Amino acid sequence: MKNLIKNKNNIIIFAITIAVYVLIMILVNAGLLSRQMTSIIVPVCVNVMLAVSLCLIVGFLGELTLGHASFMSIGAYTGALITMNLTTLPVPVAFAIAIIAGGLVAGLFGILIGVPVLRLKGDYLAIVTLGFGEIIKSIINSLTVTGGAAGLSNIPKYSTYKQFTLIYIIMVLMILLIANLVNSRHGRAISSIRDNYIAAEATGIPVSRFKVTAFVISAVFAGIAGVIYAHNVGILKPGNFDYNKSIEILVMVVLGGMGNIKGSIIAAVILTLLPEVLRGLDDYRMLMYAVVLIAMMIFNNSAFKARLLEKKNLKSSEKEVE
Amino acid sequence: MNVLNSIIEQLINGLRTGSIYALIALGYTMVYGIAKMINFAHGDIIMVGAYILYVFVSLLHIPAIPAVLLTTMACAVLGVVIEKVAYKPLRKAQPLAVLITAIGVSFFLQNIIQLIFGATPIPFGSIIKIPAITLGSITISGITLVTLIVTTICMVSLTLFINKTKAGRAMRAVSEDKGAAELMGINVNGTISLTFFIGSALAAIAGILFICQYEALKPTLGALPGIKAFVAAVLGGIGSIPGAMLGGILLGVIESLSKAYISTQLSDAIVFGVLVLVLLVKPTGLLGKQRKEKV
Amino acid sequence: MKKKFLSVLLVAAMTASLLAGCGSTADTGSADAGAADTATADAASEPATTEAGASDGGTFLIGGIGPLTGAAASYGLSVKQGAEVAIQEINEAGGVKVGDVTYTFAMQFEDDQATEDKAIQAYNTLMDQKINALLGTVTSGACLAIVDLTAEDGILQITPSGSAQDCAKNPNAFRICFTDPLQGVTMADYAVKDLGYKKIAVIFNNSDEYSTGIKDAFEAQVAANGGEIVASESFVKDDVDFNTQLTSIKGTDAEVIFVPAYYNDANYITKQAKDLGMSLPFLGSDGWDGVLGAVTDPTTVEGAVFLSPFFAAEDSELVKNFVSAYETAYGATPDQFAADAYDGVYVFKAAMEKAGSIESAAMIEAMPQITIDGLTGSGMSFTPEGEPNKGAKFITITNGEYTMK
Repeated sequence: MKNLIKNKNNIIIFAITIAVYVLIMILVNAGLLSRQMTSIIVPVCVNVMLAVSLCLIVGFLGELTLGHASFMSIGAYTGALITMNLTTLPVPVAFAIAIIAGGLVAGLFGILIGVPVLRLKGDYLAIVTLGFGEIIKSIINSLTVTGGAAGLSNIPKYSTYKQFTLIYIIMVLMILLIANLVNSRHGRAISSIRDNYIAAEATGIPVSRFKVTAFVISAVFAGIAGVIYAHNVGILKPGNFDYNKSIEILVMVVLGGMGNIKGSIIAAVILTLLPEVLRGLDDYRMLMYAVVLIAMMIFNNSAFKARLLEKKNLKSSEKEVE
Repeated sequence: MNVLNSIIEQLINGLRTGSIYALIALGYTMVYGIAKMINFAHGDIIMVGAYILYVFVSLLHIPAIPAVLLTTMACAVLGVVIEKVAYKPLRKAQPLAVLITAIGVSFFLQNIIQLIFGATPIPFGSIIKIPAITLGSITISGITLVTLIVTTICMVSLTLFINKTKAGRAMRAVSEDKGAAELMGINVNGTISLTFFIGSALAAIAGILFICQYEALKPTLGALPGIKAFVAAVLGGIGSIPGAMLGGILLGVIESLSKAYISTQLSDAIVFGVLVLVLLVKPTGLLGKQRKEKV
Repeated sequence: MKKKFLSVLLVAAMTASLLAGCGSTADTGSADAGAADTATADAASEPATTEAGASDGGTFLIGGIGPLTGAAASYGLSVKQGAEVAIQEINEAGGVKVGDVTYTFAMQFEDDQATEDKAIQAYNTLMDQKINALLGTVTSGACLAIVDLTAEDGILQITPSGSAQDCAKNPNAFRICFTDPLQGVTMADYAVKDLGYKKIAVIFNNSDEYSTGIKDAFEAQVAANGGEIVASESFVKDDVDFNTQLTSIKGTDAEVIFVPAYYNDANYITKQAKDLGMSLPFLGSDGWDGVLGAVTDPTTVEGAVFLSPFFAAEDSELVKNFVSAYETAYGATPDQFAADAYDGVYVFKAAMEKAGSIESAAMIEAMPQITIDGLTGSGMSFTPEGEPNKGAKFITITNGEYTMK
């Protein structure tokens, strides 16, 4: 019975994945979308990738990192440098190499940073990851190969909405990988570290190894998202990957309900679209963003919401009884 | 001699920025120690403080000393209001939810100030007019002296307050164990409000010193010192008051010396590098208390 | 189970509805979208055909992009307001006659927060509004992000202040301001040859390509002219404390300090230099324009020389009229960004008249042939590469006033 439900569930998710894809393809190809909306499709996908990858650390591992944007920048710069220098290769090959290399290099940095840093916990971990983010930003800013302050421009635009199919597949694969990881034995181990570190260690879970693994996977995915971002915008500057960017991603994860992949996806989509939809409000946009943020947090933790949930649960259980 | 002079001057530069960091870091550390939350909006209180002073002095033409007192009070009250409105409902929520709310408050303050005063920096002359003093070939500006003196006074009186008064003892009790403190008849909500009151007042003083030093108001002026002070608080061991002072001063000096003698480009990297190293060797910061985790 | 299904469905529905919903509102915004002040996308769905000028010809919609929020907001605001002054002037004078049709100007200005990705969104939003030409972007980085897009669309793009070399690399793109390297070279020649300085210190913003661009060209040219750079100190965005850099310079035998940066940074630097008891003179780049409005004590910048395309106190009818119109409308003295934008609008007008058409292709064709007497240079013309031909003005601060040499 349980398996049946699970299968049914998977089919529904699969159907929705396809439906979203088909819907967007139809809208784009029939010219029903404005240019503004067409050009935001890829940034939405990039943010979904970033949010889902950060969700693994913040939501499931339960550790706060404020340096996610730096992994994105490492991937972005690696990927951009590859496609800018491998001009002799055919485009798909060069882009594939860029994506793989971007992910790997980001992952490598994930190991380098993760191994020492993950000994720390809580706020200390947050501040150290923020620190590493700033260090990486400063280093990128002072290197000549990365173009220093002016950054890299004229990056070939290999990931515009025209490549939506490829980007969508990558995004869905990432989500599936993380969802499967979370629901696997390893995933439960990771969640157990979040819920009770000491108990997890006592039951023989290699805590450090799982922590680093989760951290590295997250870094790899952020790196890949960075490669796609670089080839979408066509210009990279070190200043764009500061802690504000990390916080932007974090906000998506938290608004989505931490440890909830679907929530992270929805939040990433909304928070990317919202500023564009509210573009007309110019001056008030950022202010409303702030108010929405505070209000959502308070609502999520309010007695009011708890009562609503209680009522809803009561109703549904009544129905089941019937 | 010239080299020595320049080292001394750079050290003084570091001490001055460091003491402003320390003042801000005190607010971070007090709030963290008691409410167990990182008040990301703390840096923006500095900014609001600077703007309030501007309104009092330049627009309402209130003399300097009452204006400073009024500004400090206004910021302190603002801190308490923020706590009541945004943080109190989240006292039992996950720490991360509180952190995000604090980020929201920070965004809110920056944007509301920008809506009122605009994004263009507003020049605002220092209200502290003390001439620079010259010792041999070393020049120390008046504002530097005032900053050093004011921060020292603040730190000493805060330490005395925490250790010697009843309210200070209540704060320490709440910081140790909220539940037990409540059982002992301590008004926990009141104590937390008092913490925000004092922390924000310190931020206002930092804001006033900051604006007298740099003389230009902009809505984002608090963001960078806020982050640096946060780093300082963690470096010194967050929750520890002497730690915040030590962390702030150290950060300022390291920053100044690395800018002067290593690389201006990499100074931020060096500052954070030191932080990472310290935390890896001593995970709770320089003067932080090691808390044993109980099962 | 049911809840899960519902939430997944919601994701899909929300994505679709948001995407589609916006698509349809933007489509209704036709060419006559909005009045001169930023009309919102929603307001555009009600065609404003009752406006004056509807009877004869139509509206030439200028798209503007620049930061209206964030740290660089003041620059975007200046550009927007400067352009609005020009648009109002032109419209009040009866619009632009192209052949036998009279057009009035309107502008839609979008915020890009001076970031690359927002600039792309802003540009696409404007293209949805069917703009006729683009005035923007204000900052170089954002400009570089959209130059290839505008080239693809073939729309006439004039950046008022995008000074990075590549901002005008495409045939459809032109600029009003000087390029960074040109400014660096001009200042170096002036400092070494005209003012006779041999030992020069530089403080530059290392996280800003405007600053590094000028500084690189300046240092090379100083060396070529036989001068010496005795100190090259950098700072990063949002820095407010320059004591360290200044103390280092104090230890050298520099005769002058060159600060290629915006006036807000220059304000901190000059003030702190005075506090440190330094009395070296300053040289600046065009970002220094407006520095007197930012300092609290004008003696800190006394004797400073900087290059500027625009001089608000210039004794010319054109400048006086502009400054008084701007001051009446916005209660502030216009800076070079406003002047660049003002000229940009007049360049559009000249190009329309010359081309006899409002089609971008024809206007781009006509650009190298036009000559306008603008605020930032009289007899200004453009090379086919998109660079302006105009002279530089050197402005000295004496007795707390800007004076022009």
